[in-house]
Amino acid sequence: MGKGAHDKADSNAIARIREVATGIYESISKRKQPRLKIPLRALSNVKYDEKEGYFELQNKNKTRTLTASTVKTFAQTMRMMALSKELVEQSDIATKREIYYVSKNWGDARFDDQPESDNTMDDIEAMLRINREQIGFIPEEKGGDVAGKLIVIDKDSDTGKEIKIDCTQMGSGAYSIPISVEHLRFETSAKFVLAIETAGMFQRLVKHNYWKTANCILISMGGVPTRACRRFIRRLNEELKIAVYGFVDGDFYGWTNIYRTLKVGSGNAAHINRYFCVPDARLFGITAQDIIDYKLPTHPLKEVDVKRGKDALKNDPFIQRYPEWQRAIQLMLKLGKRAEQQALAQHGLNYVISNYLPDKLKNPKTWLP
Amino acid sequence: MASEHKADEAEDGQPLAYKLALKQREIGIAEFFSRNRHLLGFDNKRKALLTVVKECVDNSLDACEEARILPDVTVETIEMSPERYRVIVEDNGPGIVKSKIPNIFAKLLYGSKFHSLKQARGQQGMGVSASVLYGQLTTGRPAKIISRISKGYPAESVELHIDTKKNKPEVVSAGTAEWDKEHGTRVEIDIEATYLRGMQSPDEYLKETAIINPHANITYTNPKAEQVIYSRVSDKLPVEPKEIKPHPYGVELGILCSMLADSPARTLQAFLTSEFCRVGASAAKEICERAALLPSTKPASISRQQAEKITEAIKNTRLIAPPTDCISPLGAGMIEKGLRKEVNAEFYCSISRSPSVYRGYPFVIEAGLAYGGALPADRTATLLRFANRVPLLYQQGACAVTESVTHTNWKAYGLQQSNRSLPVGHLVILVHIASVWVPFTSEAKEAIAHYPKIIKEVKLALQDCGRKLSMYVRKKRRIRDELKKRGFIGTYIPHIGLALKQIIGLSDSQEERVNEELKAMLEQKRGVLEDIEFRPDKNVDFEEDLALPMEGSEGEEAEARETKDRERDGEDG
Repeated sequence: MGKGAHDKADSNAIARIREVATGIYESISKRKQPRLKIPLRALSNVKYDEKEGYFELQNKNKTRTLTASTVKTFAQTMRMMALSKELVEQSDIATKREIYYVSKNWGDARFDDQPESDNTMDDIEAMLRINREQIGFIPEEKGGDVAGKLIVIDKDSDTGKEIKIDCTQMGSGAYSIPISVEHLRFETSAKFVLAIETAGMFQRLVKHNYWKTANCILISMGGVPTRACRRFIRRLNEELKIAVYGFVDGDFYGWTNIYRTLKVGSGNAAHINRYFCVPDARLFGITAQDIIDYKLPTHPLKEVDVKRGKDALKNDPFIQRYPEWQRAIQLMLKLGKRAEQQALAQHGLNYVISNYLPDKLKNPKTWLP
Repeated sequence: MASEHKADEAEDGQPLAYKLALKQREIGIAEFFSRNRHLLGFDNKRKALLTVVKECVDNSLDACEEARILPDVTVETIEMSPERYRVIVEDNGPGIVKSKIPNIFAKLLYGSKFHSLKQARGQQGMGVSASVLYGQLTTGRPAKIISRISKGYPAESVELHIDTKKNKPEVVSAGTAEWDKEHGTRVEIDIEATYLRGMQSPDEYLKETAIINPHANITYTNPKAEQVIYSRVSDKLPVEPKEIKPHPYGVELGILCSMLADSPARTLQAFLTSEFCRVGASAAKEICERAALLPSTKPASISRQQAEKITEAIKNTRLIAPPTDCISPLGAGMIEKGLRKEVNAEFYCSISRSPSVYRGYPFVIEAGLAYGGALPADRTATLLRFANRVPLLYQQGACAVTESVTHTNWKAYGLQQSNRSLPVGHLVILVHIASVWVPFTSEAKEAIAHYPKIIKEVKLALQDCGRKLSMYVRKKRRIRDELKKRGFIGTYIPHIGLALKQIIGLSDSQEERVNEELKAMLEQKRGVLEDIEFRPDKNVDFEEDLALPMEGSEGEEAEARETKDRERDGEDG
């Protein structure tokens, strides 16, 4: 998406907002109760699109009819749409938190807490079927950290001059992925991207210049990857044809929340998954088989872990597609144990660099899809 | 025994028992009660005034109702000197035959009501003569009775004392008097007493009486010479209660023995069928069989042992419960109306339960609740007790009704209640027991005895009212929520109009129209709301004059003072 694409998206966003508002105005004029049709944002309303490789939104909607009980949220949704239109028109942006504070000017219609306003924002985003960045709302969270064989080409916001950021020159620090990544360009000779769950593991690999020996790009996701982080990785994968490997904790959260979101997107924001997924990604570990093969020290599964695992087997369309994943989850449930990335330190602090990652690279059979 | 015999002998060789025998003699019933005046409701001076008024008024109302006359009762209390009051009660009843006046007013345990099982205020034939006795003991002045039985007859005037030893009337003077009433009775008694207003005063008693007896006209002049007239509200006399024969289940051995001795019946079977209700020929035969007695046995010849067998036999024989048409309850509507007059609340409910039976005596429990409104919310609930249309003002703690109230779980109905006590909240509870024989704990008729059957019935009645109350409380909450929601409509709709204006550029007038349309649309959907808002003038039945004293402090202080008086009295005595 270049600048032209942006303008087009802008007018598209405004058109969508006007369309919804006009519909409401028309039903009021006809003395019919106005209603908002909002796609259901849940795993139960997504399908795993195998060909495209991401979660696609299905047609289940929740209808918010204007009644005395819904009048407050209805009014808030309308006012937020008006605000968004204003933002797009003035090419301004606002974070979730800023929106929450803006609403404090709305008198009785103000939001009482931020989760309330975040939720309304997600509803609008889903209703208009465009991502929130297009309607001027930007996430608070930062994108993630990058180190290794990558040059990012950005622009100076004052002069418009190109800036080349060499991610090998970050020392013991890292390059931080910005909130919007569409304008970035890349240069790289790396063979693969290693997407890492924890900052701790990322730090270890950076410290020992693992990217140099393995000729790769290291990215710390810091938990569930943000939209920007996912989009950043997606672009590296799609535009530069670099392989992407996930490296997360060996537990259901690492697998079904962090890795699965990276690969196919989330149920909550399914309307934007097509841009924010990395269908080519594969998982290095930690797998259930790793726990056995590497004799890793473990923690017993808690009740919530077990529930999460069983839930994934039952409800996650992605897991349901891959027998490998089902076997992995069943094996972990059978073991009743989970292992963190850091558990590899059992065999020496740098065992992960000297043995684990090279082993993994050599044996694609040990990966998970 | 022989060795001890000597010790029992007095000096003159006579056994000591002879000497002791000189002191052993009959205790006159009047004498007994002159010592134990508290048993009759004369434990202190304040209560004495109430008791005298109450006994006379109860008698008047009973007499009028028995004669099917709409009662006109005039009560006057005059302060003669400090601590000395004259009580005058006048009615338009059937009057009393001259020859019966002395016994009725000056012989304890004399009357028509004890032997008939019929719902009435008086039961024992004790109250009014006890008042006469109390007056005599404290002031020495005889009671003055005037009574006329019909137009053509003179008004008889009798002054009476009681011979306390013999429990016999002493006629001090007798004659005729000028009296403007065609028929009726006037009682005048001087007593030692004190007067204080409040919950336990004659004022309160007469007010409650008026509320629960809407067919009576009561005119009351208090010692401050203030007159209150409680006018008749209903021209309908209560349904005349039927007299019933005792039910065998309620009969005890002693009573059975005396009934056997007095009965004109020739055979035991005839005795059982004629003296009791719900005993037919077959039931009588069954009782005889179980008691191993021939149905043809002469009642008078039956021994104590045999009578005991009969009572056993009765217990083991299945009999139909006594008839219940002998009770004339107030009815749920009347209970509620009474509460409405007295309490300005926002919610009222009542119930009149179907009759039940304890110890062979039928009874009916009625209950009512008044909730919210002008009642204070932070006090314990006020309990109003009535028995056969008589308000009970003393001994609340000892009463079975109180136990029933405190043992009911009021928390389930949205009220506060600490363990086994009266609930807290703006609530007035009314309980009425109507029975052919109300089991009081003492002759003063202040508290009802703790029969499990009665407690159970009261609790069931209260639970029924409680459920209605909690339904109301829930409805109130629902309506409050609804009002809040309706408030939302007005609050948030302008935001929708404004947003539309901002997004699609509506004009001011269009925006205005959107707001109006939406408001109309939403409010129409909600329908009409029931008005449960409390307003002091909403209860049209409420009468300021009849209002329940809510301050309560005067009464409590007075009681404390009275207790001190009593202690001092005790020292004097």
